[in-house]
Amino acid sequence: MKKLIVLLVAMSLPMLVQASSGKNEHIVTAPINMDDKASLQKGAQLFVNNCQGCHSANFMRYERVSDDLEIPADIMMENLVFTGGKIGDVMVSAIPQDLAKKWFGTAPPDLSLQARVRGADWVYSYLTTFYADESRPWGVNNHVFKDVGMPHVLQTMQDSLGEKEFKTNMADLTNYMVYMAEPIRATRESLGYKVIAFLFVLLFFVYMLNREYWKDVH
Amino acid sequence: MSMFQNMMTWVDDRFPATKMFEDHMSKYYAPKNFNFWYFFGVLSMVVLVNQLLTGVWLTMMYNPSGEGAFASVEMNIMRDVDYGWLLRYMHSTGASAFFVVVYLHMFRALLYGSYRQPRELVWVFGMLIFFVLMAEAFMGYLLPWGQMSYWGAQVIISLPGAIPYVGDALMEWIRGDYLISGITLNRFFALHVVAFPIILLALVVLHIIALHEVGSNNPDGIDIKAKKDENGKPLDGIPFHPYYTVHDLVGIVVFLIVFCIVLFFFPEGGGYFLEKPNFEPANPLKTPDHIAPVWYFTPFYAVLRAIPDKLMGVIGFGVSVAILFVLPWLDRSPVKSIRYKGFFSKFALAVFAVTFIVLGICGVKNPGDHAFGLSFITYSTVGQIATVLYFAFFIGMPFWTSREATKPVPERVTGSH
Repeated sequence: MKKLIVLLVAMSLPMLVQASSGKNEHIVTAPINMDDKASLQKGAQLFVNNCQGCHSANFMRYERVSDDLEIPADIMMENLVFTGGKIGDVMVSAIPQDLAKKWFGTAPPDLSLQARVRGADWVYSYLTTFYADESRPWGVNNHVFKDVGMPHVLQTMQDSLGEKEFKTNMADLTNYMVYMAEPIRATRESLGYKVIAFLFVLLFFVYMLNREYWKDVH
Repeated sequence: MSMFQNMMTWVDDRFPATKMFEDHMSKYYAPKNFNFWYFFGVLSMVVLVNQLLTGVWLTMMYNPSGEGAFASVEMNIMRDVDYGWLLRYMHSTGASAFFVVVYLHMFRALLYGSYRQPRELVWVFGMLIFFVLMAEAFMGYLLPWGQMSYWGAQVIISLPGAIPYVGDALMEWIRGDYLISGITLNRFFALHVVAFPIILLALVVLHIIALHEVGSNNPDGIDIKAKKDENGKPLDGIPFHPYYTVHDLVGIVVFLIVFCIVLFFFPEGGGYFLEKPNFEPANPLKTPDHIAPVWYFTPFYAVLRAIPDKLMGVIGFGVSVAILFVLPWLDRSPVKSIRYKGFFSKFALAVFAVTFIVLGICGVKNPGDHAFGLSFITYSTVGQIATVLYFAFFIGMPFWTSREATKPVPERVTGSH
């Protein structure tokens, strides 16, 4: 047992060192739950309706979303695929990238892996901290992404729904983006429990085998 | 005779199968007092096999080109191919695990003087393995073609640029281009999957042949062959097989449990095994805010940064690795094991271990930040102090090991089962 603890500590040493740079007081914990299918489905809907106009998710296929989030293929095609694509296609945005670059000064980044680059908390905080700033071309600025090129596209939603419901929506959207950044996460964890359970059973047998042989050694 | 025995006789007349098994396994006598620290050799081999096997399958799905590399990892391997993600995480977690077990394996040698006469070549071959492993890991880290792959490689490849006269030409020769490009990626891929694995395997064979020629050291640092029974077997030795095969199996399974916890639940290793900026494709026009090499290079990287002059920094960086090669000739103690060395050796080794970890931390941090939350010192200063202590350990070793009083060494091994 003592040896196991030493080994655990040794392997986690690099993780104990927290990266110190880039702290921002506006970053809050994202209230997300990866097991909440309804939240993920809502997030997918929000993504397709509000983000995919300009942003692509070039590493994500509609079919994968449909399978993983238990959205039947026909409903998926009717309600979530607007670009005339097929179910096996990746989620490409509606606008050409070179035009987008002209309009916003920078091409809207691909969002497939953004939640892994920035972290869930950053994404959630970014979505919820737009504020009015007349000095910017779109009249808005952001607390966690200073002088961002993106307009506050969710302004109407924020105004009509009220702060509380808007934040719930943003949590759902963040949840979906975290899922999209690593779709196998749920599979990975469930397989992990099985593999580790098997290894503990194996450990019992190899431990007994070792004890049996070492009886002779004095 | 049974059919199996007949078959083995047929083989043995043509190939020394039984002889090899006996020489290296069933009649290879290992000291019976191996402790916890002796698991890390076999664990290094387990991780090596993991890297080779997962690497073969990753190669089948990977596209080594500037245009396709990132997508082939994040789309093909991570999403489209069944269990591609598992192979990738096994390989990426395996890379970090490799350095964890190798560092602990090397620390074991420092503890018990396993590099001392007659095992100098075991140590030298081991150091060559470590050196090739660093090159292998560095080349491999470029392959996902993420931002940190690109900029981390940029920093390391720019080091030879500090050499007067030939620096620039040397950098161009390494990259095969005026900047890191698809051409660099292609040659790193070739070196990573063909050249270095072959060298690595050859060195592992040499490491083990050298070890089995002289026999394993032990925590007491005494020669078990000095005391033999009437049949010429070492009194304190036991056949490696079956005793240490079953013993190592326990260690391997415990290791696999820890490995799988990281692999299945923390594959990013808190941003240290898979760095966050690496989920963004390489972009030569956009430098990340903070470039840090992967954690296992950071102790040596901290030495590089601690020295203000660029050329001297590169030399210091090289010497910090190279100095380990001559360790067998720096230790002049009459005893091998730390158990029987004097107080100062114990103190120096403890300071060295802490220094190495502190250097590792300094290497990932911003040099200007306050170290460990202390307002009066920066990581840059801590890194410089640690660099001095790192080299002082090697430079001072011949002096304190030859002067300090040691404890008497026992005739037979202690602390066995």
